[in-house]
Amino acid sequence: MRDWVEVRRGGYHDSVTLMRVSRQLSERPDVAGAMVAMGTELNREMFGRMGFAVPDDAGPDDLVVAIRVEDEGPDGTGLDEARGALDGLLRGASRPSARAGVLGEPAPARTTGAAAARGDATVALLSVPGPYVFPEAMDALDAGLNVMIFSDNVPVAQEITLKEAAARRGLIVMGPDCGTAVVGGAGLGFANAVRPGPVGVVAASGTGAQQLMCLLDAAGTGVSHVLGVGGRDLSPEVSGRSALAALAALDADPATELIVLVSKPPAPQVLDLIREAARRLDTPVVFALPLPGEDDLTRAAEKALRALGRPVPAWPRWTSRGGAAPVPGRALRGLFAGGTLRDEAEMIARDALGRELEARGHRFTDFGDDAYTRGRAHPMIDPTLRLEALRAEAADDGCGVLLLDVVLGYGAEPDPAAALAPAVAAALRDRPGLRVVVSLCGTAADPQDRDRQAVALCEAGADVFASNAQATRHALTLVDGSIVEGTPR
Amino acid sequence: MSDHRDPNRDPNRAHRLGGLLSREPSVVATGVEVLASALADQAVPVEAVDWRPPPAGTRDALAAVLGAPGHAEANARAVQRMVTARPHLVDVRPAREVLGLEPGTFLHAGPPLDWDRASGPMRGALIGAMLLEGLAETPRGAERELERGAAVFEPCHHHAAVGPMAGVVAPSMWMLVVEDAEHGGTSYCSLNEGLGKVLRYGAYGPEVIERLAWMGEVLGPALREAVRRHGPVDLMALIAQALQMGDELHNRNRAATSLLLRELAPALAAAEEVPRARAAEALKFAAGNDHFFLNAGMAAAKACADAARGVPGSSLVVAMARNGTDFGIQVSGTGDRWFTGPAGVPDGLYLGGYGPDDANPDIGDSAITETAGMGGFALAAAPAIVRFVGGEVPDAVAATQRMYEITLAEHPVLQIPLLSFRGTPVGVDAARVVRTGILPVIDTGIAGREAGTGQVGAGLVEPPANVFTDALHALAEIAHTP
Repeated sequence: MRDWVEVRRGGYHDSVTLMRVSRQLSERPDVAGAMVAMGTELNREMFGRMGFAVPDDAGPDDLVVAIRVEDEGPDGTGLDEARGALDGLLRGASRPSARAGVLGEPAPARTTGAAAARGDATVALLSVPGPYVFPEAMDALDAGLNVMIFSDNVPVAQEITLKEAAARRGLIVMGPDCGTAVVGGAGLGFANAVRPGPVGVVAASGTGAQQLMCLLDAAGTGVSHVLGVGGRDLSPEVSGRSALAALAALDADPATELIVLVSKPPAPQVLDLIREAARRLDTPVVFALPLPGEDDLTRAAEKALRALGRPVPAWPRWTSRGGAAPVPGRALRGLFAGGTLRDEAEMIARDALGRELEARGHRFTDFGDDAYTRGRAHPMIDPTLRLEALRAEAADDGCGVLLLDVVLGYGAEPDPAAALAPAVAAALRDRPGLRVVVSLCGTAADPQDRDRQAVALCEAGADVFASNAQATRHALTLVDGSIVEGTPR
Repeated sequence: MSDHRDPNRDPNRAHRLGGLLSREPSVVATGVEVLASALADQAVPVEAVDWRPPPAGTRDALAAVLGAPGHAEANARAVQRMVTARPHLVDVRPAREVLGLEPGTFLHAGPPLDWDRASGPMRGALIGAMLLEGLAETPRGAERELERGAAVFEPCHHHAAVGPMAGVVAPSMWMLVVEDAEHGGTSYCSLNEGLGKVLRYGAYGPEVIERLAWMGEVLGPALREAVRRHGPVDLMALIAQALQMGDELHNRNRAATSLLLRELAPALAAAEEVPRARAAEALKFAAGNDHFFLNAGMAAAKACADAARGVPGSSLVVAMARNGTDFGIQVSGTGDRWFTGPAGVPDGLYLGGYGPDDANPDIGDSAITETAGMGGFALAAAPAIVRFVGGEVPDAVAATQRMYEITLAEHPVLQIPLLSFRGTPVGVDAARVVRTGILPVIDTGIAGREAGTGQVGAGLVEPPANVFTDALHALAEIAHTP
């Protein structure tokens, strides 16, 4: 063992730096013990306890270096190396770090509340798993933000609590299970790139709202805002809390000249409540409901256009040369990503066929249903399940016509036709008698480019329609010669 | 920054749905990444949240607590009381007078504790206190007395007091008396002994007892005269200045000590009751102790935290304290109940030849500074001591930034120059801690595990996570039983 003690006059370092330097020195393999500290009374005592002899004249303003090295070899370099290392450590301690700024990027917020506190947001878009949404939504409301809950599987009691809290604060909760909203031109969730315009939409249905805004856009008219309310809002328990708030907000919005309410089938007593509220507004309200005797989405869009005094166009369609020949007697199978588009197709089919619907094996499946999305992404993001179903139906001799929807817009698959067109082409090649009809919900401005998607699907052999109702009626004419395309009523 | 270009100037319309339909859209996005990037694609400002699920078993409790009517308002009210407190140093008096401490009664840091579970430094400090009060002749004698239960000891926190490290208060010790001019509360803390071999780190040698005796005989009375002559000292104003001079008020008190001395020295010099020699001794002692202000800062923090107590439904943490064995917290909405877990060993830097093996688990009421938005929460204000947090100024900034994630407010008075004078993160929300898994960062001294050793280092420590989940469950129970 060999000790080295030196006093460096006027070499001040803060005690924390010196503690760290001492530790780093002590960790060197050839060092048995080390202490580097200012010569305060307390530190002199520490040196003494470690067995170092500190010169009497070392005071509180002097840096004392004490190093103990193991028995050195003949070259005696251990101590020199330790002293060299010490100099490096002390220099390093006072050298600024090589990083750019002292602050760097702040880490992302970890809760909705903390993120809300960072800026001046107007709405929180929540898509964490449903059972975990509640605290995040409460955070947002407490911070004065409106909330859109994309997630499903949120307990209904929590939905009511949140909507009551929002009402107390003069805010709105869109959702849970709200897939689509447009506020101030920003599309939230699954939304299409549509032009601004005079139509406000209240939607208890995501794809219903998308179909409506795309048809209006195709007619050269835009939307002011689309406020989703969630699939359960018009249930007896929730009682239209958000729908009523949305109607009132749009009624007060100077940019909104007309309101369209789109919904999955609502509870009758809630629908009465909403109709009553709508009657009291200054702004006219058009209803689009998948109920017998009610307007389908296409008709509601036409009604809205007429109310605004705007022309109703021929809805875009891309059909194969000469149109497909009918395949009577076989079944129509609808494979949908949009729940409301499915409901509308089934309603139109039931309207035309009545009880014959099930008897003839016609089926309409919603792949966005909880049963299919548990543990996997929505079919508008992940097409795997639907493509499998397409292959299975194509292999079923009983199936004559496949009806599929393709929903474009922000948040959806970047290029649905890339996978779907080859699958359609393959199905038609393997089953010459098969017919494929596509309901294409999108706009020319969507990131996926509606027209390019339409052409790709059409070239693969599908008949493509911008109107879901028209696509459905077209599919029906293919399986039943007695049905004429166009509006039956 | 959104501009409020409402085409229709009717103010009632502009504020409908918080301006959702009239303002430029700006979104906080929590969850699926694709939805946040879809907004970015539309050039909509998005603040994306780095969300993770809360720990198993806390989901229902979180919903119950956050969903209780008035929860947010309760938190807002509680933290508002915390940040509007105006603690002033008004007096210095013996503990037996201000706290009514009987002979043979001692206070200690942290949640309740008995001798059998007491750690080395706590035992050492109690032994020293017995010697100081003349209740034992020798350390061995004191230990025997304590073992047979001859002394009564209670948490400082049960007496509106706080104590650094072991926090042992004996009847003869002099206490700083701090009054909150806003809400009317009073809090107490003993006088700081300096560093090294001191009672609060569990040392009880003759020099420790002598120093304490001198503090009772000379320092206490001298300070009393100075404070009374000066009049109430606005501690919050002093702390705010010290923060801008590089203190965080827990592990660094150099600026605050200087400011307090500057404040009191003229009054002390003018006090005829204090002989000149004693005034000089007192000044020299205080000037030689960079932590002289710590105890005043702790009493101030205690006054702020106590002002926020007892708000029903609030999940605001109003005390974080350690007794060397347990780490305990109290929450505004759950009264005087302690939620405790095992105290951790600090991660830090060591004096001389000491190392982690010599370290006692975390000890002291000084985490009251973090409770009130100072200490570890204000690390970004104290670049001189950033080496405690891993070495570089950005790490200290990151530590403070992280605390904004679990706090309810930004302090209106305590500001951090390095963060463009943003207020310090203040008011730990137990629910936020559970949700984020981010634990409060606490600066601390490290006591030697053997009784009598004294200080062996300093560093950072985290509370055990369970104290926050336990508090959350207790709040949830209360929410379920109106």
